[in-house]
Amino acid sequence: MSETAREHPAVQKASSGNPRSIMYREALREALLEEMRRDASVFLLGEGIARRGGSYKVTEGLLNEFGPKRVIDTPLAEATFTGAGVGAALTGMRPVVEILFIDFSMLILDQIANQAAKLQFMTNKQCSVPMVLRTQGGAGNGLAAQHSQSLEAIFYHIPGLHLAMPATPYDAKGLMKSAIRSDFPVVFIEHKLLYMTEGEVPEEEYLIPFGEASIKRPGNDLTLVAWSNMLPRSLKAAESLAEEGIDIEVVDPRTLVPLDKKTIVDSVRKTQHLVIVQEAVRRGGVASDIASYVHEEAFDYLDAPIEIVAGLNTPIPYNLSLEKACIPQEVDIIEAVRRALARTV
Amino acid sequence: MAGRKRKYPQKLLVELYRNLYMIRVFETRCIKLYRQGLIRGYFHPYLGEEAIAVGVCAALRPKDRIASTHRGHGHCIARGADIKLMAAEIMGRETGYCGGRGGSMHIADMSLGNLGANGIVGANMPLALGSALGSWVRGTNEVTVAFTSDGGVMNGTFCETLNLAGALGVPLIVVIENNQYAVSTTVEETTRETELYKRGIGLGVESHRIDGNNVLEVYDYAKDAHKKCVQGKGPVLLEAVTYRHGGHHVNDPGLYMPKDRLEDYKKKDPCLLGRKFLAEIGAVTAQKIDEIERKVEQQMEEAVEYAVNSPQPSVEEFLDDVRCYS
Ligand SMILES: Cc1ncc(C[n+]2csc(CCOP(=O)(O)OP(=O)(O)O)c2C)c(N)n1
Ligand SMILES: [Mg+2]
Repeated sequence: MSETAREHPAVQKASSGNPRSIMYREALREALLEEMRRDASVFLLGEGIARRGGSYKVTEGLLNEFGPKRVIDTPLAEATFTGAGVGAALTGMRPVVEILFIDFSMLILDQIANQAAKLQFMTNKQCSVPMVLRTQGGAGNGLAAQHSQSLEAIFYHIPGLHLAMPATPYDAKGLMKSAIRSDFPVVFIEHKLLYMTEGEVPEEEYLIPFGEASIKRPGNDLTLVAWSNMLPRSLKAAESLAEEGIDIEVVDPRTLVPLDKKTIVDSVRKTQHLVIVQEAVRRGGVASDIASYVHEEAFDYLDAPIEIVAGLNTPIPYNLSLEKACIPQEVDIIEAVRRALARTV
Repeated sequence: MAGRKRKYPQKLLVELYRNLYMIRVFETRCIKLYRQGLIRGYFHPYLGEEAIAVGVCAALRPKDRIASTHRGHGHCIARGADIKLMAAEIMGRETGYCGGRGGSMHIADMSLGNLGANGIVGANMPLALGSALGSWVRGTNEVTVAFTSDGGVMNGTFCETLNLAGALGVPLIVVIENNQYAVSTTVEETTRETELYKRGIGLGVESHRIDGNNVLEVYDYAKDAHKKCVQGKGPVLLEAVTYRHGGHHVNDPGLYMPKDRLEDYKKKDPCLLGRKFLAEIGAVTAQKIDEIERKVEQQMEEAVEYAVNSPQPSVEEFLDDVRCYS
């Protein structure tokens, strides 16, 4: 992956010979398709992914090309088919297991936390678990408390897992391809509001390595760190503030594990202000952890306390206006930026 | 079959039909509201499956309990829920069963022993087991019903629940609503033994496969199962075979469902059957039945009226409410 492609989307366009715009869900589908063509050990397990092509059409048409042994519709037995993915990964396959909603990943925690994450370590590297857990989270469609959560912190917490949360079609494709080739178990969290969003994705093959943040918008006055669906929201906030002459740098870590601390810290050293935006509830979140790293490594550069904009500590309600009240909105981000800049000494 | 011996009082037949028709009208009307944008999120209609909830709940006493599923409106109504509060909840209003916090998938009415719908397939069975376990520990004899589905049976919680219930002998009835699909995935695609009740036999639990479109057959078996549970001879497993009248949820056209199959099942429409029972066994005139139907429709309109005119929940109150979680 070239340096340039990490930069602003405009730079990406220039570097890819053949720009075209596709949807996030199509980018994911292309990644699966290409990797399945390239490597016969890649296969898919999940609910309604074969004949129906997945709830969000990410696996549409794959059954036709690869047949029922590589695109498998499972029963509603999440713990067991995830465990089967771990076992297959342990013995030479590269399964991509889909859990329809990240909320249901609470049913498979033993297989992920106690098995997938630890087998390589416990066996002193006699084995690896090259499995991808594809799942989808976030609020915004009125799906209420058991279908709207942002639970990345749970996986972030467990050593032995890698964790990707792409926000753009370009990142989704490049990271998915890397995830499939990785020898780590990867938790790959998509966002239900991003599937239909469009972005430029080159025709040519590319990979995005884990642990490389992407500067989505360069700026000098303040650093905004955001991932998944909080990225487009943060970019919008940055655009609004640009009209007032406030020049914001927006950094998307893209993978939370490994985390590209250097890009974040370098940006903060430059802008001297940091706002972190996460959709997940505030308590025990990844944002707090990023803030602690920045305190350690760039405390002297900060001109104001770090602001965290996060989801409210509550289960997600069904009603539209209540739901909105729980999730960071563009105005919340703008207000946090203003607070951070106002407190500059 | 148990049904043939039983006598059905007219009052019971009227009650059964009223509930069947109420569910039919509620779902049909709410789907319209959904199309008008008054309802958001997931909405899984119970159309075509009405006889199961109605037959089972008619066999229960007020002190018994049920644990419902994501397809839960029918269970609610059959258990005697107030459709005004249901409609308001589904529209996310302050006056709804859960103050607009829950929506279609999370309606509960603890005062009626309805432990609630559940968005996690399979998760209600351990909850129902616990409810029955409490009765067993206390030595009281409330019976708990866990409604589940062909998809729910595939989850470990089904076997684990039925196994422990059987080992202890707790008063639990597990009712599988086998509508033959989990979204678009068929039962045949996900198991080699498609007669799901046989799993119960393997666990040593009394198990039956019944016609889920026939409210009297459901009622008979539920009544027997209930009696066994009260006598300390539970648990019992019932597999009620049925078919959805449409897709998995309101936004699924269900194109994968073979047309002729659906037509066959529509001939066995639980509401038509219920109406027939009422006329033939209950000797109620067509005119009287029409009156019952008009009354139900009128109640539904009142519920819609109530819900539409109900206030949205206050954001300030909500923020105050959830402060306890911070
Ligand atoms: C544990 C879990 N896995 C997956 C889902 C997503 N989901 C909701 S309903 C459904 C299909 C359920 O089919 P079935 O259990 O047969 O019930 P039915 O919808 O037919 O009543 C699925 C896969 C879920 N809600 N919970
Ligand atoms: Mg089903």
